[in-house]
Amino acid sequence: MELARAHVLVCGGTGCTSSGCEKIINELNVNLEKYGLTDEINVIKTGCFGLCALGPVVIVYPEGCFYSRVTPEDVEKIVEEHLLKGRIVKELLYSETVVEGQDDVKSLNETQFYKKQMRIALRNCGVISPEDIEEYIAFDGYKALGKVLTQMKPQDVIDEIKKSGLRGRGGGGFPTGMKWEFASKSVNEQKYVACNADEGDPGAFMDRSILEGDPHSLIEAMAIAGYAIGANQGYVYIRAEYPIAVARLQIAINQAKEYGMLGENIFGSDFSFDLGIRLGAGAFVCGEETALMTSIEGHRGEPRPRPPFPAVKGLFGKPTVLNNVETYANIPVIINNGADWFTGIGTEKSKGTKVFAVGGKINNTGLVEVPMGTTLREIVYEIGGGIPNGKKFKAAQTGGPSGGCIPDSLIDVAIDYDSLISIGSMMGSGGLIVMDEDTCMVDIAKFFLEFTVDESCGKCAPCRIGTKRMYEILEKITNGNGTLEDIEKLKELCYSVKNGALCGLGQTAPNPILSTLRYFEDEYIAHVVDKKCPAGVCKALVSYKIDPEKCKGCSLCARNCPVNAISGEIKQPYTIDTTKCIKCGACVEKCRFGAISK
Amino acid sequence: MKTLSELNQIKESKQAQVNLREENFGLVKVKVSMGTCGIAAGAREVVKAILNEARKDNLHNIQIFQTPCMGKCDLEPVVEIHYPGKDVITYVHVKPEMSERIIKETVLNGTVIEEFTK
Repeated sequence: MELARAHVLVCGGTGCTSSGCEKIINELNVNLEKYGLTDEINVIKTGCFGLCALGPVVIVYPEGCFYSRVTPEDVEKIVEEHLLKGRIVKELLYSETVVEGQDDVKSLNETQFYKKQMRIALRNCGVISPEDIEEYIAFDGYKALGKVLTQMKPQDVIDEIKKSGLRGRGGGGFPTGMKWEFASKSVNEQKYVACNADEGDPGAFMDRSILEGDPHSLIEAMAIAGYAIGANQGYVYIRAEYPIAVARLQIAINQAKEYGMLGENIFGSDFSFDLGIRLGAGAFVCGEETALMTSIEGHRGEPRPRPPFPAVKGLFGKPTVLNNVETYANIPVIINNGADWFTGIGTEKSKGTKVFAVGGKINNTGLVEVPMGTTLREIVYEIGGGIPNGKKFKAAQTGGPSGGCIPDSLIDVAIDYDSLISIGSMMGSGGLIVMDEDTCMVDIAKFFLEFTVDESCGKCAPCRIGTKRMYEILEKITNGNGTLEDIEKLKELCYSVKNGALCGLGQTAPNPILSTLRYFEDEYIAHVVDKKCPAGVCKALVSYKIDPEKCKGCSLCARNCPVNAISGEIKQPYTIDTTKCIKCGACVEKCRFGAISK
Repeated sequence: MKTLSELNQIKESKQAQVNLREENFGLVKVKVSMGTCGIAAGAREVVKAILNEARKDNLHNIQIFQTPCMGKCDLEPVVEIHYPGKDVITYVHVKPEMSERIIKETVLNGTVIEEFTK
């Protein structure tokens, strides 16, 4: 690739791919050819920029224009106006970057979404082409591996990682350096380095974005880990539901081998390292470390008791370091910039940054990376842009099906591993689902339990039977048949499953229930005693009625009711027969007088 | 690739191409006026010539911008050079043949070519 006058970066993450970025790239190539610009302009497909709510995203450098919600029809205009004539297409710009009366654009780094972020694990996502190893190298790629192999001894590497205070980003938060040290001290001819890229939490896509946007950072980090502990083989266990990530990682591995970053005698040293990909098969439990290794070994993914821990006896019975994708993404930067730099970021016991996949009822859905210690308020209202439609914030769920919710009263909690545990939640892998006043917390607990019941491997009775029984009680409550005794039984079950389950799936399955009970017990009581769903979600407990004061008797609702449950005479107030009503809400939508309510 | 110095070589040669993605304030910015008057006066060829010269010298530190009409339509094509630490240098009636000197003297060293400013 020759020096170009302008670079057009198109986001090629899964989100923007499903929104049609391939067509946009096609149109770009066609139009660049049409206007004779192919020699001067490069089109690059990158990884996820993070502001997914505004996809498909196109950024043009050197100006740094962030074009959002681009359609294939917009492309010709961008090429003709901006690339040929230098006139920025203001109506396509991300509104926050428009500077009135000037031809400049405001830097992305000054927008509300990006201002408080510190992109370390995501440093290259959206900046480089993930399929070009030389671009990775241009941004200091493989420099850390070179430094480690030529200037550091394995124990030096472990000491540096220990000093940095890096903790596992998969959710457990175990000190990474300590894990590497255990594996290093285990004596065995054969050791392994493994990567957990299963990312099963619903709504989480942090690891996917790193794999799609910066796969070489994972390869470099795993090679560094291999050198540190004495392993010459690595495996990346990646869920099959991530085809783009798998493809990009394979391309990256091939390129790394071609350039000598993987294989024999890397950088002329005695160290050799090879990396293979192993695909998952749709089981959430295979995100649990022992089940994951069992799956790589070719068996059904089921956990086993620990000790022995993987660092002592892991994959194929050999000492293994298994870390999450995001944990690995931090390694090259720590080696390059030093542990002291890393400890300067974050809180006392949680160093560095965390990537969150922010979803749910929030304006700026997408991927954010913030220093540990950032408050939930900053994430929701500043970076996230607040709750849409003027609704009130109710709670945020962190940690997916293993986590708990953070209510409004605790929105100023500084997010780090220990503070979240102290309030009954956990960091988890980074999924952050925001909920507003129209969310029923009992329904949320039921949703997560439904997931857990489905994903339980069945090996141990507390999880296999306990989660199902907890789910049944929640179903009973949301159907309007629950009693106060049911709530007591539910609490008891939660503690039994928590204490008796074999692995993290079962042990944390009760968390959504315990957490919602802790902060929203009044909603459970309302469901059980008053037989009402305060948020108006649980269909069995919701009844629609027509306010006779407001009803004009126009019959629009009755004509649109799919089950003929509404009756009345023209110009007289209509009524709904609640025994026939299926709670579809069609009448509420049609009524022009706001006379129907839940 | 077997040595750190080979790695560095790849990094340096690639950096020239990816530099314009960074918000680098130390870079030399070359702005070519590309309003309708500029294009009519031949600004497109000037841009191409500047880009070619930059490629010949494998420059790392240059960003080429196209700007809308700067207002001096009778002086088109106009090229502004923002060299860090110096006042803006404006060249007028720029022709493609002038790009070699512009790159070698102004972009690389910050020297003003007096004849080009009139």
